[in-house]
Amino acid sequence: MTSHALTIPNSTGPRLAGDLAIWFFIMAELLAFAVFFAAYAFTRAAHVEEFNLAQQALNRNAGAINTLLLLTGSAFVVRAVQGALAGESRRAAPWMLAAIASGVAFLVVKMVEYSAAFDHGVSLSSSTFDMFYLSLTFFHFMHVILGLVILGALWLGLRAGRYGPHNMNGLESGAAYWHMVDLLWLILFPLVYVIH
Amino acid sequence: MSFTENVVAGSHGTPAGTFRLWLVLIVATILTWQLGESRGGGLLTAIILGIAMIKGAVIAFDFMALRHAPLLWRCLLGGWLVLVCSLIGLAYWKGITP
Repeated sequence: MTSHALTIPNSTGPRLAGDLAIWFFIMAELLAFAVFFAAYAFTRAAHVEEFNLAQQALNRNAGAINTLLLLTGSAFVVRAVQGALAGESRRAAPWMLAAIASGVAFLVVKMVEYSAAFDHGVSLSSSTFDMFYLSLTFFHFMHVILGLVILGALWLGLRAGRYGPHNMNGLESGAAYWHMVDLLWLILFPLVYVIH
Repeated sequence: MSFTENVVAGSHGTPAGTFRLWLVLIVATILTWQLGESRGGGLLTAIILGIAMIKGAVIAFDFMALRHAPLLWRCLLGGWLVLVCSLIGLAYWKGITP
C-alpha cells in the first residue's frame, strides 16, 4: 500500500495543540487536583487558626522560587516548540534542555524543603495541615518527575531533528503536559503557602 | 495513509511575545510572594486568587496555545480555572464567616 501524505497548508481554523488523548488526560488530572484543592480549602475553613499557624512553618521562599523555576521552564518549552515550528528542530534542543534544568532545579529545591520539614517533625500524621501539605506537594512532585521524563524524550527528538512544521503532534502533546504541571503549581503555591 | 497537518506558523506565538508573557508571570509571582508576608485577609486573598487566575490563563491560553483551540477546550480549561479559584475563595469566605 502506498503511503501518501495529505497536507493541509496553513489551515486557519481552530486547532488543539497536541493529541486529543493528551488533552483528555490533562482534563482528568486537572479534575483530580481540583478535588484535592477543594478538600484542602474546605478542611482549612473548619480549622482556620490551626492551618494559619502551621502555614507559618512553611518555607514560602522555597515555594516562590519553585514557582519562578516552573514558569521559566514553561517559557523555555514554548521557545523549543517555536523553534521546531520554524523548522529548526536541532537548534531548538538547547531550549528543551534548559527547561529540563529548570525542572530538575525545582526537584532539588523541593527536596531541600522536605528535608528541613522532616527535621522539624513534619509527617503525614503530625497534623491535618501537614498531611495536606505533604500529600498535595508530593503528588505534584511525582507529576514533575513524569513531566521531566517526557521533556527528556522530546529533547532527544529535537536533537534528532524529528520535529518540524509537518510533525508537531508529539512535541505539542508533551509540552502541554509540562504546562499543566506548571498550571497546577500556580494554584497550589498560593493555596498552601500564601493564603491565610 | 498518513495524515499530515501543517501547523500554522505563529500559532505558538513569537519569542519576543513569550519573553513579555514570562516577564508578566515573574512580576505577578513576586507580587504574590510579597503579599504573603502581610497579615492576610479577605481582600488580599481575593487579589492573590485574581493574580493566580491571570497567571493560569496565560499558561493555558498562550503557552498551551488554547487561544487557537476549539471553543469547547477553551471553555473546559478556562472553566476549570474559574471553578477552582472560586471554590478556594468560597472556602476562605466560609472560614472567616462565623
